[in-house]
Parts: sequence; C-alpha cells; structure tokens
Amino acid sequence: MKQTSIFDVISPIMIGPSSSHTAGAVRLGLLARNIYNRPFQKIVFRLYNSYALTGKGHGTEKGLLAGVMGFGVDDRRIKDVFEHVENIDYAFEYEENFKKHPNSVDFIFDDMKIYGESIGAGEVLIRKIDDFEVELTGKYNTLVLVYDDVAGMISKVTTIIQQKNINIATLHCDRYSKGGKASMVISIDGELDARTVSDVKALDKVYFVTYVKKLDE
Amino acid sequence: MYTFEQLLNKNEEIWKAAQEFEAKSCEVPVETVRKCALNSLHAMKEAVKTGLNSTVMSMSGMCGDDCDRLQKYYSKNPSIFGHVFEKILEYSLATSEENIRMGKIAACPTAGSCGIVPSVLLALAEEFKKSEEEQINALLTAGEVGRIISGKVALAGAVAGCQAECGTASAMAAAAAVQLLGGNPKQIVNAVGLSLKNLLGLTCDPVCGLVEIPCVKRNPFMAIHAMCACEMALAGVETKIPVDEIVDAMEQTGQLMSPALKESSLGGLARTKTALELKKKLFNL
Ligand code: SF4
Repeated sequence: MKQTSIFDVISPIMIGPSSSHTAGAVRLGLLARNIYNRPFQKIVFRLYNSYALTGKGHGTEKGLLAGVMGFGVDDRRIKDVFEHVENIDYAFEYEENFKKHPNSVDFIFDDMKIYGESIGAGEVLIRKIDDFEVELTGKYNTLVLVYDDVAGMISKVTTIIQQKNINIATLHCDRYSKGGKASMVISIDGELDARTVSDVKALDKVYFVTYVKKLDE
Repeated sequence: MYTFEQLLNKNEEIWKAAQEFEAKSCEVPVETVRKCALNSLHAMKEAVKTGLNSTVMSMSGMCGDDCDRLQKYYSKNPSIFGHVFEKILEYSLATSEENIRMGKIAACPTAGSCGIVPSVLLALAEEFKKSEEEQINALLTAGEVGRIISGKVALAGAVAGCQAECGTASAMAAAAAVQLLGGNPKQIVNAVGLSLKNLLGLTCDPVCGLVEIPCVKRNPFMAIHAMCACEMALAGVETKIPVDEIVDAMEQTGQLMSPALKESSLGGLARTKTALELKKKLFNL
C-alpha cells in the first residue's frame, strides 16, 4: 500500500489555479535553479504539449519563471512575476512533441539544459541534465555528478558519503557509452556538508558536481 | 490503518486517530500535525476573505465574477434555505474563483476542488460558533477521509475523473460537517459513503483544458451535496454498501472511464460546439 499523508489532501497552500500547471511549474523551476546553482543572466523555457497549449491560462510561464527566481509555490508575487524580474533575460518557446510528457519543459541556460516533467498533483521529476538521464523529485537532498566512465568511480563516491554516516536512499547512473562520459545521481537521507561535496569534486575525472537541495514541503 | 473499517474498529475519534497516525509516520509530535492543519485552515479563511471581495477575472476571462453576483442577489433575496446555505455557496465560489485568478488557496484535495471543504467547514463553524480546536478536529477528520481514499485511488482527474477530485472533496466536507456538528465516527463514515456513492462516474472534461468550466461552479454544488450526506448521516441513515467497497468501485469506475473524459478535454463538455469556439478564440488557433 502506498504511504499517504493527510497533508497530501489538505494542502499545499499554493497559488492557483492548477497543481500540475502552476504549483508543479514553480517546483520544476525551483529544482532547475537548485541544479544550476549559480547566478545566471539568461534563460529560455521551452514548453511542450499541454504546458505549451494551456500554459497561458494556467500561469505556467509565470510559475516556471518564479521557480527559477526562487519563489515558493505560495508566493503571491507569482501572479505578476514579470514585474519582479531583474537582470534576467528570459524567453519562452512552445513545441508540440509527442515523444515528450504532456506537461514538460526544457530549462535552457547558456551552458546547461535541464528537462523536467510535472507528473500530477504538484509532483515533479527532472529527467535530463544535458544529455544525461537522471531522476530528481526534489524530495531528497541529492548529489549529481558527471564524470569519465572509469572503473571504481561509484564505490569511490559512495564511500565518501557513507564515511559521514549518511544513508543513501537511491542511486542512479547513466552513461553515453562505455568509457565515455557518465552521470550519477545519489539521493540521501540527511544533509551533505560543503566539505563532502568538495571531496567528491576533487576526485580525478569528475567534471561537474552539484548538490541539489530538496524542495520544502 | 488503511481502510475505513479499520478506522472504525479503533473506537476512537477520527481526528485523534488521524493526528496520531500522522505524527507517527512523519516522526513529529502531535502538536506539529495540529499546527500544520491550522496553517491550512488559516489559508482557507484568507482565501474566502479575499475571494469575497474580488471580481478580477481569470486570465482566460471566462470566470471570476459570479461570487459577487451571488452576494448581490442574496443581499436583496435571502436564500429560501437560510443563511448557512448562502454562506456555503458564497464561500465555495469565493475560494474557487480566488484559485483561478491566481490567488492563494489550500489545495483540498486538489486546486480545482479547493472551495468545497473550506466552505462547509467555515460556514458551519461561524454559524455554530465552533472553537479553533474544533475546526482543526474537523479538518483533520476530512484529511483522514481523503488520505484513506487516496491510498486506493489517485486523486487526479487525469487518472480517475472528477469523482476522485470534487467527489472526494465532497466526501471530505461531509465528514468535516458531521464532526463539527457532533456526530460520531460511524455517522462520519456513513456520510462519506453516502456522498461518494452519489458521485461515482463524474467526468473530468474541462473546457479549453483550463480548471474553470465546469470546475468553479461545481464547487458550490459539491459543498451542498456534502450537507445532504451530513444531515442524512446525522439522522442515522446508513449506506448499505460499505464505504471501503464504494472506494473500490470508484477506482474501478475510474479505470473504465474513457481517457477522453479524464482531463484530456477530448470529450464531454470540452467537445461541445461552444467549448471548441472558446478554445479557438482563446488560443488563436
Ligand atoms: S473537472 Fe477535472 S479539472 Fe475540473 S475540478 Fe474536476 S477533476 Fe479537476
């Protein structure tokens, strides 16, 4: 049986009108912001399918933008978020693409592309960072890294984490080709400190590391 | 504790069982659970207050000024069903209109159905001068009802139709009402059953794919529907089919329902001539 909570049915407190198209959009934006994790001046949102078609009526564009700016799902500024933008050059594109989820979006930063889906009732899933497949729900603190696919990397990274007595909830790996670039997504129970993150960064053949904070409930 | 039968077997007030269960599964004190429920309650009150005083239309321009219309009408023509009836209608419309104009609401269980539980709960609480603690108990009762249903049926129009969203909300509201009016757990569970049974098969066919038509005006209907279940249950009327079996029937009905009637806007109201014209106009197709 599914674990359920009464707060799934008497909350969240959110800006309307739609949990998938508004609150979900904000949460996707927040996750993309946490993944990118550095200042940016430019972003393009590419909305697919139902997000593209009914997004305007549901405030999906506003939600996405509010999310990458760090606003929570109950922030009243979402409604007129365009008036709150400073120093970010943003644009929206729309595409019908039946290979993509009905409610999905690309966040296109200058040097990174993040693809995510709003999977219902405000729940979201980030599925791609650049061309790597990942699975990020925002429910756990998560470490994401891209590295050269060399033997032993997984055990090196998990050892560093487990040395801190931190439990690993899930581990997901993906690679382009054997010996090519690979990605690793590790969800943990608890918190990683900056030291641990930089220990992972310092590993040989690791290119990119980001520690993605979970979203507030 | 996953079925209504198990809940009744506990021989305990539903809100008590709910807060204990929640505290245990989230590993927090009971006070924290009550505090979180109070936050939702506050958000509900705020949404009603803001909604009653606004006529701002939704972005599509299709909805947003009907609560005002209703209030003006009632100020000259009191409802033949009395003052609580007026309040329930006004509060539910106020909340769901607040939702579609991008106001702040508490999803209950979803955003599209957010006006149903608050309107019943708040109107009765005001009318019968119920304390904040009693209101929290009623909301926890509603929450427990929704939680048990959600363990079997996904509360999403896209999965099980509107019976799962507004239908569940109406059952939750009925439970909150019986709790508030002093009913016992058995009466609460009967109210849930009576309410759910009557809404099986309700489709989700929103015009233009927006949570506006029929959703906004469905909220007041569902709130009054909850009151029918509440009063019958308080009178001792019982559902002959046990609630857990009704929930199973809801799940099955959801599966049998055509995808065209589950939020895809490919059938029903969303495919009427006028709906298609609205869509053309709205999306410049
Ligand atoms: S008709 Fe569909 S979108 Fe509207 S409230 Fe019901 S389930 Fe939600």
